[in-house]
Amino acid sequence: MQPIITITNLSKTYASGFQALKHVNLEIRRGEIFALLGPNGAGKTTLISTICGIINPSEGRVLVDGHDIATDYRAARAMIGLVPQELTTDAFETVWATVSFSRGLFGKRKNPAHIEKVLRALSLWDKKDNKLITLSGGMKRRVLIAKALSHEPTVLFLDEPTAGVDVELRRDMWQLVRSLQDSGVTIILTTHYIEEAEEMADRIGVIRRGEIILVEDKAELVRKLGKKQLTLQLDAPLERLPTELAGYQLDLSGDGTELTYTYDTQGERAGIIALLQDLNRSGIRFKDLQTTQSSLEDIFVSLVREKK
Amino acid sequence: MNIHAINAIYRFEMARTGRTLMQSIVSPVISTSLYFIVFGAAIGSRIPQSHGISYGAFIVPGLIMLSLLTQSIANASFGIYFPRFTGTIYELLSAPVSYLEIVISYVGAAATKSIILGLIILATAGLFVPLQVVHPLWMMLFLVLTAVTFSLFGFIIGIWADNFEKLQVIPLLIITPLTFLGGSFYSIDILPPFWRTVALFNPVVYLISGFRWSFYGLADVHVGVSLGMTVVFLALFMAIVAWIFKTGYRLKA
Ligand SMILES: Nc1ncnc2c1ncn2[C@@H]1O[C@H](COP(=O)(O)OP(=O)(O)OP(=O)(O)O)[C@@H](O)[C@H]1O
Ligand SMILES: [Mg+2]
Repeated sequence: MQPIITITNLSKTYASGFQALKHVNLEIRRGEIFALLGPNGAGKTTLISTICGIINPSEGRVLVDGHDIATDYRAARAMIGLVPQELTTDAFETVWATVSFSRGLFGKRKNPAHIEKVLRALSLWDKKDNKLITLSGGMKRRVLIAKALSHEPTVLFLDEPTAGVDVELRRDMWQLVRSLQDSGVTIILTTHYIEEAEEMADRIGVIRRGEIILVEDKAELVRKLGKKQLTLQLDAPLERLPTELAGYQLDLSGDGTELTYTYDTQGERAGIIALLQDLNRSGIRFKDLQTTQSSLEDIFVSLVREKK
Repeated sequence: MNIHAINAIYRFEMARTGRTLMQSIVSPVISTSLYFIVFGAAIGSRIPQSHGISYGAFIVPGLIMLSLLTQSIANASFGIYFPRFTGTIYELLSAPVSYLEIVISYVGAAATKSIILGLIILATAGLFVPLQVVHPLWMMLFLVLTAVTFSLFGFIIGIWADNFEKLQVIPLLIITPLTFLGGSFYSIDILPPFWRTVALFNPVVYLISGFRWSFYGLADVHVGVSLGMTVVFLALFMAIVAWIFKTGYRLKA
């Protein structure tokens, strides 16, 4: 299937001379949730802003469903909803007015039923006549989402949608993002909460200093880099591993008091049971055990650090 | 044409006026009334009539022009500066609207406001002095053309300005002096020849002269010249706006 967004050799050098994007190539698949991760200042917002037409690219090309964002901007932009990172709203407009305004701006005829649906989905319905200045930060965030959804986009950019949002609202937002995906919307989000990417994303891209350093299926990424380790604190130090246990991927610590078993997260659990039984049979006793799994966070941190 | 977008922006801008009714409509009406009381009634009664027109009536077109110029610039500059200032401009830049549509809606709304204002001032003036409008169609033509032209100018200022001071400085330091010296309160015919020549470099002279001609049939310069100059300004500002959008000047990083 043809990707919904194709980014080719995209670079951005700001007027200050700073190069925020360096020859970015990226394809976003139709209907996926794509999480863009990267440390502060990596270029996430710059990339999104360029695709949405807020920043002029210095080089390169972006196609949205086959429409070039420069030459065929009308068709390209009409498909895109953007929720910016900064909470920028008017002050004296009402929620209803500002969301309806967005729909008009994106060239859609009035549809109060749709606006109502969006506001209800974001629990903003009872605030519809409130002035924006009277809303809390979390509510303003939801208003920005409502504005982006007001014109029924097929691609939705969420730039740190859950920054400064409480736990409950974050859950609601994940729910909303999933239901949007179910209705066929492609979602690109940035976040600093790794667990969010882990929970939501189909694919993950990591950007660092303006370069995309990794794009991978989330499941694949966790499988590839995600190892689980079982560590056993032994009762008595071992000189060396008994030969009966050669079949397992075991490491004995230097002083012989710790035994570490590394296994694939996708592997069947029976491996552990068997190991424990075999240990018992060999007369190896242990006083404590623990397991650790490298999370996406570990993977991310090591990625960003490794390539420095 | 993204008609829905033009409609949305236009209505948004007009609603903003509604909220700031005091500032947008009432205060210019009050200040214009004060001009009439001071210049028209108090001082004007001592100034002899020329061509059978009282001084109070003579200054009406100039006063309307003064408000039209300053309000067009203020409305349009603020209309586009404010979203830049608050950051809400992101939505405009990411929307499927052309530059032409943006200009039509912002400048259209600003011009509408100042045209309404001009007519209100005209009606207010009617309370103080006997008014006549010899060429009503020309009067409307100048009113609309001037409102549009200087709303465009205001739009340019609103994009150029990167703080609130800059937003004020051009109306205050350039437009108001030029209008006062441009024959709002006198005919440049009464100036000595040298200063008369200097005055002709003041573009506002042509606007006021043409506008006054549409009221009383009296002009400092031929009405065709006035119209021509207005159109030249219109074209100049359009060219600047086109350049701004082509380059993304101060709009896009
Ligand atoms: N208008 C600008 N002029 C010059 N440099 C800029 C401009 N906007 C952003 N930058 C720089 O570009 C780099 C990327 O910024 P960007 O906002 O894209 O980062 P980000 O990945 O979104 O970061 P964060 O996680 O903090 O939101 C940063 O170093 C930033 O300082
Ligand atoms: Mg950012």
